[in-house]
Amino acid sequence: MSNDSNQNAGETGEILLEMRDVRIEGWSDEKWNPIIKGVDLTLRRGEILGLIGESGAGKSTLGLAGMGFTQPGCRITGGSIVFDGVDLVTATETEKRALWGSRVTYVAQSAAASFNPAHRLIDQTVEATVSHGIQSESLAKDDARILYASLSLPDPETIGERYPHQVSGGQLQRVMTAMAMSSRPDLIVFDEPTTALDVTTQVEVLLSMRKIVEEFNTAAIYITHDLAVVAQMADTIKVLRYGQEVEEAPAREMLESPKEDYTKSLWSVRALHKETQPSDDIVLSIDGVDAAYGRGLKVLHNVNIQVPRGRTVSIVGESGSGKSTTARVITGLLPPMSGQVTFNGEALPPELKGRSKDQLRRIQMIYQMADTAMNPRQTVGEIIGRPLEFYHGLSGKAKEQRVLELLEMIELDESFYDRLPSEMSGGQKQRICIARALAAEPEVIICDEVTSALDQIVQEGILKLLMKLQEKHGITYLFITHDIATVEAISDEIVVMYMGEVVEQGSKDQILTAPFPEYTELLLSSVPEMDPDWLTKLAEKRGQEA
Amino acid sequence: MTDTNSYSAATEVASTITRRTRWERARITLKKAPLTAWFGMIVIACYVFVAVFAQWLAPYGEADSSFAAYAPWGDGHVFGTDQIGRDVFSRLIYGAQNTVGIAFITTILSFFIGGGLGLVASIDQGWIDQLLSRFVDILMAIPSLIFALMLLTVFGSSAWSLILIIAVLDSTRVFRITRSVAVNVAVMDYVEAARLRGEGLGWVMRREILPNIMPPLVAEFGLRFCFVFLTIASLSFLGAGLQPPTADWGSMVRDFAGLLQFAAFDLKAGLTPLLPAGCIALLTVAVNYVVDWFLHLTSGLKD
Repeated sequence: MSNDSNQNAGETGEILLEMRDVRIEGWSDEKWNPIIKGVDLTLRRGEILGLIGESGAGKSTLGLAGMGFTQPGCRITGGSIVFDGVDLVTATETEKRALWGSRVTYVAQSAAASFNPAHRLIDQTVEATVSHGIQSESLAKDDARILYASLSLPDPETIGERYPHQVSGGQLQRVMTAMAMSSRPDLIVFDEPTTALDVTTQVEVLLSMRKIVEEFNTAAIYITHDLAVVAQMADTIKVLRYGQEVEEAPAREMLESPKEDYTKSLWSVRALHKETQPSDDIVLSIDGVDAAYGRGLKVLHNVNIQVPRGRTVSIVGESGSGKSTTARVITGLLPPMSGQVTFNGEALPPELKGRSKDQLRRIQMIYQMADTAMNPRQTVGEIIGRPLEFYHGLSGKAKEQRVLELLEMIELDESFYDRLPSEMSGGQKQRICIARALAAEPEVIICDEVTSALDQIVQEGILKLLMKLQEKHGITYLFITHDIATVEAISDEIVVMYMGEVVEQGSKDQILTAPFPEYTELLLSSVPEMDPDWLTKLAEKRGQEA
Repeated sequence: MTDTNSYSAATEVASTITRRTRWERARITLKKAPLTAWFGMIVIACYVFVAVFAQWLAPYGEADSSFAAYAPWGDGHVFGTDQIGRDVFSRLIYGAQNTVGIAFITTILSFFIGGGLGLVASIDQGWIDQLLSRFVDILMAIPSLIFALMLLTVFGSSAWSLILIIAVLDSTRVFRITRSVAVNVAVMDYVEAARLRGEGLGWVMRREILPNIMPPLVAEFGLRFCFVFLTIASLSFLGAGLQPPTADWGSMVRDFAGLLQFAAFDLKAGLTPLLPAGCIALLTVAVNYVVDWFLHLTSGLKD
């Protein structure tokens, strides 16, 4: 085994992985459905290939196939996958297992779910390396500490002694990169490694990942749905859709002149823009709110937010900044310790129980995960029909009629009436959630990260719909998000939150124009741009300041 | 390549394309059921049939003791007669009605009590939850058969006290499982959405949470039913269960136990005590087969 660890013995530029006409099928709905329909892929040593596409495009399946791995319920039906002379389609399980964890490694999207909570980080980092006999445990651990240092983890000497829950999400993602790097593989597959992270954390993780991949001249497949991110990482970008290749080009070329319309549409949200209109008619006002969970730590400190009628106010900030907690205070799920919420000039009772049906009706909420926001056992008709029945006393034909009207408003047709949530796509589900909120005929809708789980094109559709509904019905949105592109696209006013405090509130133009307070500056500069040099420039700039 | 300008939400590809009614889905699932599950379902169907139509199926009455005691097999009495001259075959048939029927009612009752309180506890997650959970812990700490025997001697061995006592003791287990699966559902956004809408406790319990925890509960129902059934049989065997002349399999095993020693002289007479025991065993096995299949279906291992 040990002579297998001829790390990067080959020359840069030599072909490492070659996939020809790969076809993969998945078992669902009682039959085999094609997922990958004949894709070619060539990866040379030391090269980073970005795989990009919407969810369901087959990018993860293809990335995993590059390791010779198929998820349960999938099978490779054709083509060849040659990794350094070995055809992984015909290779036995034993042969493949000798490669996995030593010469080919994988970095998953959710680091938190990929670590065993019962073992120390460093033991997990070196586990595969030691079990493959590449290095002795003590040598591998010394090496892991060096890797931690080059990934800019704090306290590289001791951080490995911690357990997964004792480090942050961004740190965990870097530890996982160290784990993948521990055996000095020839190929690493990164599967959406930064999707679950905040923009500010994402920058750090991207920088350290890029640094280490360059340092060891490792080839990598980088899977993501964010074109701006892949632009920073990849040498070549391959766009996938419906299991087929749309186009492949060097990163710079792809960004400057994408050939296919589809590729252009991948960053369409960034093209949306709304003209801000000032308004003085305050519908919802949050005054001096302090809040805490249980008797624990205070999460909101003297929060003041004014929401003008018929406008969109965006609350931005990284996770843990108190955005969602603010929403919980407004809806009454979390009564504040002090301060109050005023709605239409009247103070709202702090607790959910104290509020009248009418007060509840006027403030509706849309959630981030449409999957969990709808009861999986109820049909669309039941989901949208319930608020109609509950608030407006509709039943029978009248209710059905109104549900169909609402479906039309969200640009879906009557064929959706009998569907269950599991029978719809992510964007359709989110539309149903919007219809459920609309059914109540609310004045304010709180949107909690409603587009962050969706693909770019679908996001654009949802945002357009929300703006159209606002124009038509004068609904006020309180839009919670960490995505600056979305904020730019839809808001009139912006509230920046950090550590449970409001850093800034003002009109969009005011907030997004320099000079910025320190935190706003950090937040805005961390949003990836469609410029392959963006990350490099940012690193230089921040390096100079430090 | 699809033109992106013609994008419309309705044409987005969802995971499932074919739309099926609940009946069609059930039919497809049944078609794929393994042999063991079919065996279980057929056996259960037979038991239900016998239990429902016992009055018409049994050749003689349940308490009809007008025949000679200890008559051998055949000769007008398929499985002979018992110690006071009652037809064994007829009593086996009535036993299905009594034992299975009472076990069924008891299980349903225990699910109402345990399931209902479990749901309340999972939604509340405050002091009501603490109170109920600790009370259940106390009840579960006492060996249930001994506890049941004790309560039966206090309240008397009528069919209804039997049902109530076993149901209450068994509901502790149902409470545990309901609460543990329901807490996972109770934190879902759709439950929060229902509460934000202003829905009452009843709606949240029945319409939002219950449909989503049905699979484990149905599986548990099958298992609980077996345990209740065995408990009743054990209690009857010990003489504290259903009282004569009501026919029930547990007490029949006890009554005939003495006949086992005659097996050396008359094999058939020796087999008699095994008949009610066999009835109990067969139903337990059948129910477990079906439950196993159901658990496999709902555990997410399919496809």
